[in-house]
Formats: sequence, structure tokens, C-alpha cells
Amino acid sequence: MAEKQKRLLQGNGACVQGALYAGMRFFAGYPITPSTEVAEGSARELPRIGGRFIQMEDELASMAAVIGASVAGMKSMTATSGPGYSLMQENIGYAYITETPCVVVNVQRGGPSTGLPTKVSQSDTMQARYGPHGDYTAIAVAPSTVADTFSETVRAFNLSERFRTPVTVLLDEVIAHSREIITIPEKGEIELIERVKATVPPEKFVPFEMTPNKVSPMAAYGEGYRFHVTGLTHDPMGFSTNEAKEIGPKLNKLRDKIMNYTAEIEKLRIEMMDEAEIAFVSYGSVSRASLQAASLARSAGIKVGCVQFCTVWPFPDDTLKEVLSGCRKVIVGELNMGQIVHEIRRILPDDVEVHSVLRYDGEIITPMQLLEKLEEVL
Amino acid sequence: MTGKLFDNIKTSSDRFELRLSGSGGQGMIFASVVLGEAIGLAEGKNVVQSQSYGPEARGGASKADVVVSSQEIFYPKAMKLDLLLAMTQEAMDKYYADLKEDGILIVDTSLVTSVPTDKYYGLEFTRLARHEIGQIMVANVIALGAIAALTGIVSLESITNAVLSRAPRGTEDKNKKAVEVGYNEAMKLKK
Repeated sequence: MAEKQKRLLQGNGACVQGALYAGMRFFAGYPITPSTEVAEGSARELPRIGGRFIQMEDELASMAAVIGASVAGMKSMTATSGPGYSLMQENIGYAYITETPCVVVNVQRGGPSTGLPTKVSQSDTMQARYGPHGDYTAIAVAPSTVADTFSETVRAFNLSERFRTPVTVLLDEVIAHSREIITIPEKGEIELIERVKATVPPEKFVPFEMTPNKVSPMAAYGEGYRFHVTGLTHDPMGFSTNEAKEIGPKLNKLRDKIMNYTAEIEKLRIEMMDEAEIAFVSYGSVSRASLQAASLARSAGIKVGCVQFCTVWPFPDDTLKEVLSGCRKVIVGELNMGQIVHEIRRILPDDVEVHSVLRYDGEIITPMQLLEKLEEVL
Repeated sequence: MTGKLFDNIKTSSDRFELRLSGSGGQGMIFASVVLGEAIGLAEGKNVVQSQSYGPEARGGASKADVVVSSQEIFYPKAMKLDLLLAMTQEAMDKYYADLKEDGILIVDTSLVTSVPTDKYYGLEFTRLARHEIGQIMVANVIALGAIAALTGIVSLESITNAVLSRAPRGTEDKNKKAVEVGYNEAMKLKK
């Protein structure tokens, strides 16, 4: 039985399988390299299980459709890359303020603008945190293997349902297009989280009710509940407000429902950190170069470890501080001109050296590059 | 790379890196997926398959890599090849430098005329495909049979099953024969 579930899949294919496992029943998108296979796979699989796939006229409409489907009660996802991700930002902001669960897969490629359609990048790291205008708290997860892509996509759906918020899956071209063996888990092996549904009589329903954990039970359109959804800052009834006493609590709600529960969201992979004096810190495909470099350096007797962000946002300030507490030096690898490194610098004491290995020429950072930097800073 | 750090590195991994290269249309990507499935599913090893995307995949030299290990594969891309299959002169010229000094070089000698070393296995994959099978498009499958014979990284049975599971209906016999031709011709070279 288990043998049957083993498959050689691309990261993009594993993303589709993970989404289906998590209960995705709606996908709207506008295919774009290097994310196209996510749309293709969803188009093939969803109709077979009673789901819906729509290719929209552009990314603005795709994101709007995803939000609409979720408000109607379906687990929804879209997948895109650089230029499409930029176009989606306005409606992703709409999903933040309307507290609509959904999953946005961004298979990162080089930019800005049309940039490098077939080349790897991590230059949307900050966009995944601060893409739409305004104040809100973002959640983003980042797989580094094909198997990870399956489980992190499931986790993205779980987090979006749990916190009523959009969740970004920050993939990159290397993982998206590499094929690896994955074992698709049996139903029930991974816990699935469903949004808390409204149970009160419709006349008592408060769509943005201030509950103790700040997540409001959600009704789906068509279930008999009447409610208003707007991008304007709104009161608990969902109607726009200009009252300071209502604006503050709404924005605090967007932050606190996530930031008070970061233990449920944080995820780091920590390897070879026993007695490590130096750490490679990275996420996504770069983490695989870091692991390779660290294991080679360990074979040469150098005490180097690896820390990988599986959750990139919210940034794990306290946990990372603790994990790196024994390190004198940190080497941060990323496929951009320096983004996540500033977060790491922000949380570490001044006497810890923070070094960068940056690459933004469309190629992946190699273990050799990291080892050369290691030798330089030793 | 002459520093002390690099001198002291000891690699204990059984990592094996293969590159199948040729030109667009020779089925290098297909062959690499079949090889990945044979090694990963039937032989139970870890594999990472990757391929060239973008303009270089359309015409010109095209490549597909398979990294194999019994341990977790950290770095997913090829670093220094243990095996290079070159199906065209252009691929030969472009990728030979990526092959380890003691790496295995397999060349389609019906299309490659100049090989920069005398340590290689030469087989006329394209000519064998035309004359033995009657279709040049199975040259890639013949090459897979040869890789199985020359490396032992995958058994004849596993690679045959993997080819057949992806072969279009009605082409099973030709594909099965193609694997066998490649395997048998390569075994002759091995002696």
C-alpha cells in the first residue's frame, strides 16, 4: 500500500498534492513560469473530485476569485510568480482585512518586473511580509525539498484556516522544478485544521466578533447568515467605521490573533548545532547548500551548524536568538541583495558577526561559495 | 580553493551524479525522469532530478541531471559529475569539463566525432535505434540500458519496468527491446 503512494514528483506537483490533501476545492490563477505546473495539476485534479479550477483573465481577478470562493466556504488557493505576485498584492491586502483564509503560492523567480522567468530567486522575501500596503501580520512558510513542499502546503492551509488569514507558500524555482521521491501520506496521517464555523442563530451572528483568541467564527455565504464584507476598516458587524475606538481594536486583532500564538506557527530545522560556533542560516533551496556545506565543514573538524526557516514570517525572534546563542559568527545565504539578513542582524547581540553570501544572478548558491565564505571568516 | 579548510574535508557520501545531455528532442529529460523513477522507486534510493529550463532547453545543448544517494541529498544540483552521457558534439563540448577525472563518459559515437579523452565508452545509440529498433527516437532508451549495464546503479529489470510504465501503449515491445539492446551492447564494451 505504502509503495503505491511513493511517487517521483516536482515541487510544483507536490504542492498540488499537498493542497488536495489539505482539502483544496477551488483554484483560480493565471499560469506563469515557474509556477505553471501548480495550475496545470490543479486543473487536472480538481474536476475529478468535484472541485473547481478557473483560469482567470489576470492575477488581480485570480486573487479576487480565491477570496470569493473562501468566503463561500471552500478551501482556496492560487499560485503565481514575481510579476503575478505583485499584481495580487491589492487583493491579498483585502484578504488580510476581511480575514479570509486562503493560500497564495509564490514560486519565486528573478525580478524586478518580468525579470528572469526561468531563474531562481528569493527576492520576494520581504514582499511576502510587507507586500500589500497597511498594517497587518503575515504568515509565510518556505519548503526546501519536494517532500517539504507537500507538508508545508498542508501546513499553509492549516494555518490559514486556524488564523483566518492568507498564508504565503514561498517556493523557489529550484524546488518547484526538481523531482524527488515523496510518499503521499494516508488520509488522517497529517491533522487537518478547519475554520471555526458560526454556530449561533443567524440573527445573533457577529462576523468579526472579538473572541478571546481574536479569531471570529466564520459563516459561508449561502448558509443563511447575512454579513457584509468590505476592504474598508470595519467594526465587528463588518460595516465600515471611522471611530478611533473601533479602528485600533480591528488592527490589533489582525496582529494579535497571530502574534499571540507564534508557537503554533514557528518552525525551524536545526542541524549540526551541537557545540556549533558558527551557523549557516537560510531558507528554501539555499538551506540545502547550507546543509551540504556544514556537513563538509564538520568533516574537516570545524564546528558549524545549520538553521533553516521553515516558517519565514512571522520571524522567530526569540527562538532564533536562543538557537544561535552559542554562535560567535553567523553566515546568512540568500538569493537576493540582502533581505532576511537584516532580521537576523536585528535580533542578535552586537558582538556576534553576521556575514552574508548573496547571489542574484539567477543561479543557486553553491556549497563551495558558502565554504569559501566560511574559510574567509574563520 | 587551496585553503586549510578545503584540504581537510573528507567526503563519506555515496552520492552519485549523472548528467544526460544532448539536444532538444532527443528525450534527455524523459530519460532522466525514467532513470529517477527506476532508482528512486524500484531501488529505493534518494534521487533528485533536475533539467535545464528556458532558452537553452529549446534547441542547442539540453541537459537533465540525476543525483543519487542512499543518504539524504542535501545540495540538489550536480557539483561534479560521476557520469556524463553525451548524445551530441555540442553537449560533449559543453559539459565534459563538469565530469570528474575518473568519471564515466558515455558517448553516442554516431553523432559525436571528437572526444577529448580516450577513456570513454562509445556506442552508436542513434544508429542502433535506427537499425535495431527502426526508430531513432528510442536512442535515449538504448542509452538507459547502457547506463544500467555500465554503472550497476539500477538493475536491467528496474530500468525496463520504469521505461515500460511510461511508454505509450503499443510501444512496449520496441521500448523493451531498446533497453536490452543498450544493455547488451554496453556489456560487450565492459569485457
